[in-house]
Amino acid sequence: MTTISTTPPSWLAAKRKAARALNTEVWLMRGLILLSGAFLVTFVLLPLYELIRRSMENRQGEFVGLENYLQYFSTPALAQSFANSLYISAMSTLITVTLAFVFAYALTRTCMPFKNVLRTLALLPIFAPSLLHGIAFIYLFGNQGIFTNGVFNFLLRLIGGYDIRAVPPLPFEIQFNINLYKEPTGIILAEVFYLFPHVLLILMVALSLADARLYEAATALRASRWRTFLTVTLPGARYGIISACFVAFTLVITDFGIPKVIGDGVSVLATDIYKQVIGQQNFFMGSTVSVLLLTPTIIGFAIDRFAQRRQVAMLSARAVPYQPKPNPTLDRLMLAFCILVVLAILLVIGTALIASVVNVWPYRLELSGRHYDFSKVAGGGLDAYWNSLRMAGLTAVFGTIIVFVSAYMIEKGRGLGKTRAALYFLSTLPVALPGLVLGLAYIFFFNRPANPLYFLYGTMPILVLSTIVHFYTVSFFTATTALKQMDREFEAVSASLAVPFYRTFWRVTVPVSLPAILEIGIYYFVNALTTVSAVIFLYSANLKLASIMIVNMDDAGDTAPAAAMSMLLFFTGIGVRLLYELVTRGLKQRTQVWRQR
Amino acid sequence: MKLTQLFILIALLGLALSAGAALAQGSDSGTLTVYTALEDDQIQAYLAPFNAKYPNITVNIVRDSTGVITARLLAEKDNPQADLIWGLAATSLLILDQEGMLEPYAPAGLEEIDPRFRDSREVPTWVGIDAYETAFCVNTIEIERLGLPMPESWGDLIKPEYEGYIVMPNPNSSGTGFLSVAAVLQMAGADGSIQTLIGENAAEVQELPSGEAVNELPGWSYLDALDKNIAVYTHSGSKPCRMAGAGEYPIGISFGYRAIRQARSGEPIVGVWPAEGSGWDLEANALMKKAEINPAAYTFLDWAISEEAMTLYAANFPITGLDTGLPVPEGYPENAVDLLIKNDLYWAAANREVILAEWLKRYDAKSEPR
Repeated sequence: MTTISTTPPSWLAAKRKAARALNTEVWLMRGLILLSGAFLVTFVLLPLYELIRRSMENRQGEFVGLENYLQYFSTPALAQSFANSLYISAMSTLITVTLAFVFAYALTRTCMPFKNVLRTLALLPIFAPSLLHGIAFIYLFGNQGIFTNGVFNFLLRLIGGYDIRAVPPLPFEIQFNINLYKEPTGIILAEVFYLFPHVLLILMVALSLADARLYEAATALRASRWRTFLTVTLPGARYGIISACFVAFTLVITDFGIPKVIGDGVSVLATDIYKQVIGQQNFFMGSTVSVLLLTPTIIGFAIDRFAQRRQVAMLSARAVPYQPKPNPTLDRLMLAFCILVVLAILLVIGTALIASVVNVWPYRLELSGRHYDFSKVAGGGLDAYWNSLRMAGLTAVFGTIIVFVSAYMIEKGRGLGKTRAALYFLSTLPVALPGLVLGLAYIFFFNRPANPLYFLYGTMPILVLSTIVHFYTVSFFTATTALKQMDREFEAVSASLAVPFYRTFWRVTVPVSLPAILEIGIYYFVNALTTVSAVIFLYSANLKLASIMIVNMDDAGDTAPAAAMSMLLFFTGIGVRLLYELVTRGLKQRTQVWRQR
Repeated sequence: MKLTQLFILIALLGLALSAGAALAQGSDSGTLTVYTALEDDQIQAYLAPFNAKYPNITVNIVRDSTGVITARLLAEKDNPQADLIWGLAATSLLILDQEGMLEPYAPAGLEEIDPRFRDSREVPTWVGIDAYETAFCVNTIEIERLGLPMPESWGDLIKPEYEGYIVMPNPNSSGTGFLSVAAVLQMAGADGSIQTLIGENAAEVQELPSGEAVNELPGWSYLDALDKNIAVYTHSGSKPCRMAGAGEYPIGISFGYRAIRQARSGEPIVGVWPAEGSGWDLEANALMKKAEINPAAYTFLDWAISEEAMTLYAANFPITGLDTGLPVPEGYPENAVDLLIKNDLYWAAANREVILAEWLKRYDAKSEPR
């Protein structure tokens, strides 16, 4: 006995060593959680605080409490925009989430052919600057629009070279008028088109991981396909669906690009902010409306938390990945649906392409490449383009790292439970901040010599950081959705085997989540390439961006050159995407072998 | 003799001092940050001779629309990034001046500038370079198709045949929209009709009230009538002209330069300057108040109102701060200067909030879905 007590057995020493290692590990994890926290506090919370403070001040900078809010709601025209915003956001969300769910289901759960092509085409709208959507909708549905005046009428003019006044009457015609500028229909349609790829991304991740054993059990219990869908598929994707609804709703309610271009006759909250900030330089009322926009996010957050509490990990450590089985009828039906959706998307993008090559819309439709000559464009067209590429690249790399690591820490971290819950909430906030408001809040916060981060103002890093924050929430949800589907047992097993979390993270979590990580990267890249609203206040004289030049060109009346520059960004995005697919194909194949049976 | 010598000495001393002051103020080198709302293609043409003359001054331009630039300048108030402002609406500069953000400076050659086109104080905070004025953009193909007569005046725009065919900027979102509304309020006679304020038969300008009394001005009844004919109010000042150019709506209330520019690029647009006169605003320059003023800013501001610069502006605008004697640019009416009404910019700026609130109350119902 004594010998044992004087010389402890080797297993005990190993355990002590492991405990010490565990200790360092715990501190490392806490450090990383706090680091994520510091990032979110500095780049989300403090600028937001600045905004809330200003919503309670008057023009003289005196504190007035809730007076601005009362004033807002007592103006009937403004209260009307609140109602409009809710209606438009709810409709767009409902339509988009339904369409995107079916599309995502077809891609992940059926044996439909041409999946890759259809998926790539469905994600196309994400590559286009929002102004391009606006231009396309005007050309399709405006008062001179292709559908408004008749599709054949348009084709005759395009191919036959007819004058707008001399088109012969046609015996048949596809023609309808959605009253683009005066009815909310146009905005809703355009928002659906804008939202579709964002929502599709979230739902694809939600549906891509499933445990085949559940389906085997369902089959064994002779559940009908419909019942299996209701009791296995839907509950499994519930978290993704709720996230998708939440993101869609907030993206629409904060978007001012589309209402500004085609919704002049329909007032919404986002354009009210524009009126206050840009039209009247009334930052205080602008901040007030912005704070109001946060309300749906906070409600959404509550629902989201509730849903999450009941979420069961779909991919338990013992899970067997689900492989769809062929079902000719369903596969054909789904293919038809997906082709219809993709055709609608191609119609809009095709219209934008036409917009960039016709001479003078709608009067002289002869084709011309002159709008693609950027040498005459002021402000160094190509410089801005390179700046944009650089900004997008940096955003993709740093954004992905920051988002994924902090999503991991929040989702899988141990300890600091309250802090992690708070950080989760902070991560959902950026989506509710309209870019315009984010940009302003950044000026207020960073452009003060008293701020230790003042040196960032007017530099590339602030453009990158603001863009990371602006698109943070969707990326964060993508990461979280992927992480949630992995059983906590992975961490539990690693911990019991005294494998440090960072090794599990690197050897298991990252490879398993690689598709989601790559999606986040590309999502950041293309959005950074086309974003306008936040950076319009932050770019400096020698750091101009192509997306801002596009807005300026359009504002100056050069619609066709603006469309041409947009198409250049569009093709760049696609080019980078293809390159990326090629490079990462091997990587994906290596890390995703486990999904095959 | 001694007295003469003394005078000469004093004169020489004065000369030396002023030369020294001039040397101390201007600088031929440095890096300037200039905020502007001038159009991109104008900036290129204007800057070329400046760069040739001052090769050691690097001019970095931040250009955006009037609203965005003004908002950005105000937001950066605590720590201004711009050294100077070049070609921004005078109404915007009045706001910046109210906030105490501008440094008074009398650029060389100030005495040559039309007194209407500068801040009236002896050392002005802003000096105008050109004027832009309300004009209607009319799409010739569309009015022919619709069988509409060409509108010639403010009075024509409220005729029932134009119902639903006119677009105009929302004054709550656009400075150009506000400019037109403020002009109409100044021009309306007691019966609410728009009086001719230019030419030989010009009516007397009425006494303008301030504060809430602005809401009683007879001009509102004209705006009520105009509202019946407006299809939509747009968010930007150039958009009505762009919509007219693309045939979305045949008539857009916008400003002269836009009409000219779009006609040049081949759109079926003619500019119509209303017979009763046009409201107007200036594009003006100002020096930013900063702890350390960039000496090259003085050089730039001096150059920006020189005859050389004014000649460049005159290629785009018929009315410049300095009468260049050049012919008006193609597309503008010959008597462009005579088309401007007597416009009280200070009155408009002082009563802006009251006017906008009243406008919102009366017409923003157009923004409700029907």
